[in-house]
Amino acid sequence: MNSIYKKVYSYFLLIPGMLIYFTLFLLPTLAAFFFSFTWWTFTEWKFVGFDNYITFLTEPSLNIGFRNTLVYAVTACSLKVILGFLLGVFLSLELRTRNFLRSMIFFPYILSTVAVGITFTSLMHPTQGLINKFFNVIGLKGLDWLGNPKIALFSVILVDVWKGVGVATVIYIAGIMAIPREYYEALMIDGGNLWAQIRYLTLPLSRPAMNSVIILSFIDGLRRFDFIWTMTQGGPGFSTDVIASIIYKQYEAGFYGLSTAGNVILFLIVAILSFPLYRFLGRKEGEL
Amino acid sequence: MGKGIKKFVIELFAIVVCLVIYGIPFFFAIINSLKSRTEAAELSISLPKKLHFLQNYKEVLTTENYIVLRAFLNSSIITVVSVLILIFVASMTGYILQRRKEEISSIVNSLILMGLMIPPSVVPTIWILKTLGLYKTLTGMILIEVALSYPFSTLLYTNFMNTIPREIDESAIIDGCGAIQMFWKIIFPLLKPVTVTVTILNAVHIFNDFVNPLYFLPGARNATVQLTLYNFVSRYSTSWNLVFADAVLISIPPLIFFIFFNKKIVAGMTAGAIKA
Repeated sequence: MNSIYKKVYSYFLLIPGMLIYFTLFLLPTLAAFFFSFTWWTFTEWKFVGFDNYITFLTEPSLNIGFRNTLVYAVTACSLKVILGFLLGVFLSLELRTRNFLRSMIFFPYILSTVAVGITFTSLMHPTQGLINKFFNVIGLKGLDWLGNPKIALFSVILVDVWKGVGVATVIYIAGIMAIPREYYEALMIDGGNLWAQIRYLTLPLSRPAMNSVIILSFIDGLRRFDFIWTMTQGGPGFSTDVIASIIYKQYEAGFYGLSTAGNVILFLIVAILSFPLYRFLGRKEGEL
Repeated sequence: MGKGIKKFVIELFAIVVCLVIYGIPFFFAIINSLKSRTEAAELSISLPKKLHFLQNYKEVLTTENYIVLRAFLNSSIITVVSVLILIFVASMTGYILQRRKEEISSIVNSLILMGLMIPPSVVPTIWILKTLGLYKTLTGMILIEVALSYPFSTLLYTNFMNTIPREIDESAIIDGCGAIQMFWKIIFPLLKPVTVTVTILNAVHIFNDFVNPLYFLPGARNATVQLTLYNFVSRYSTSWNLVFADAVLISIPPLIFFIFFNKKIVAGMTAGAIKA
């Protein structure tokens, strides 16, 4: 790079953005590593070694968060990947109402999580909720969607999928629309039916879109907190507590060191699980 | 002919399913915001015996000294200012990172990509805000929103910069453009499509943000619309009509965005996702 370019593409232009980003994102991330080894009250701190981490791993009310976070991320991600694909294929067909259906499915994305969470909390009410009333009408016994510790987490996941599957769908549609029409025509001439089209063309060729959906919804699932907080607050008991909600609870209780340790654990989990996933999916893409 | 009928039936079925799964929850929230308190407590989907539209919405807007209106004002300030700062900083970053392929650029780029994945460390962030005297202030909240949306916005700008030919820069350099002039006079106007996308996506995202205000902007004075709604649930747990009226109110701004920019939102999301 010669000096004229260095002058024109000056690094000075990076300063405003990087200053804000460094101060309020990178610096706290670095500080988190340090404070996670301390007992901490903003004004003073005391070094306690691995105590916070040990507490996090051994305390049942805290380590339940690991299981729930993984269950949440894997379940929500799988549902979005599969449902999003099916919807994407369906909404790529020549339908008269295609645009209407696409908008309908995408619409919840722009609603606030709090509003959606509150609405579904009342729809899932055990005795008065519309969902159980519907079950009663068709002769089934309703479930205590958010009050039963065994299913509460899955109820929250369903609402997350309800709101977020539209995003997966539009990403798939973009991927499917990029597949050349000639391929399908060639396959039709060879007598391929709809299943053959999906199996030999759509599924393998929409792979990049699928990888994006996997990565995005998996990371999103690991970090999710707002649905949990507006619908169950981690209850009943600790049955729906995820790492992110535990971080908040420990912060509210004034255990800043412990909360920060949880934060470090969360971003290590995100990093440890996402990077290999990313590499693995990238390699798969290359094999095509 | 048989094929046409089959297709028609499938489409009809899809629309019915869609209306049940997506329509009913919206309808449920809206219809219950129009009922009296006792009627809304039944949580049913029947039509209101008598419309309480004006009373409910007036009560929501005037309650606790107009807190909902104040929340709307706060949320609007946070959203508008954050988006303006984001456009300013992310466009310059994307431009430099795409045009300068050097060691420093790629380090900066990796640091920014980290922000797409790694969740923010909340308590240390609060500590830094406190140190700077920005905790519980709108300014602090705005800067947080900027810091957290910066990676994705920068990514969109960087991707789009690839489509702007360098010949444009060359001719501007020959005309003797300086660094700042070059970017703001020549390049930035060409980035308009991304600027629109960045504006829309971040506006919806920041207006709907619940977690960050929960951490960084506690206290009633600075309440944002999402926090106000969240607090309503515990405070008015017996007045579902008011809770839903508030939920409907705060969904109006994103809804307007959706009606006007549906295509742009989808385009922006897929552009970011496919490349990410």
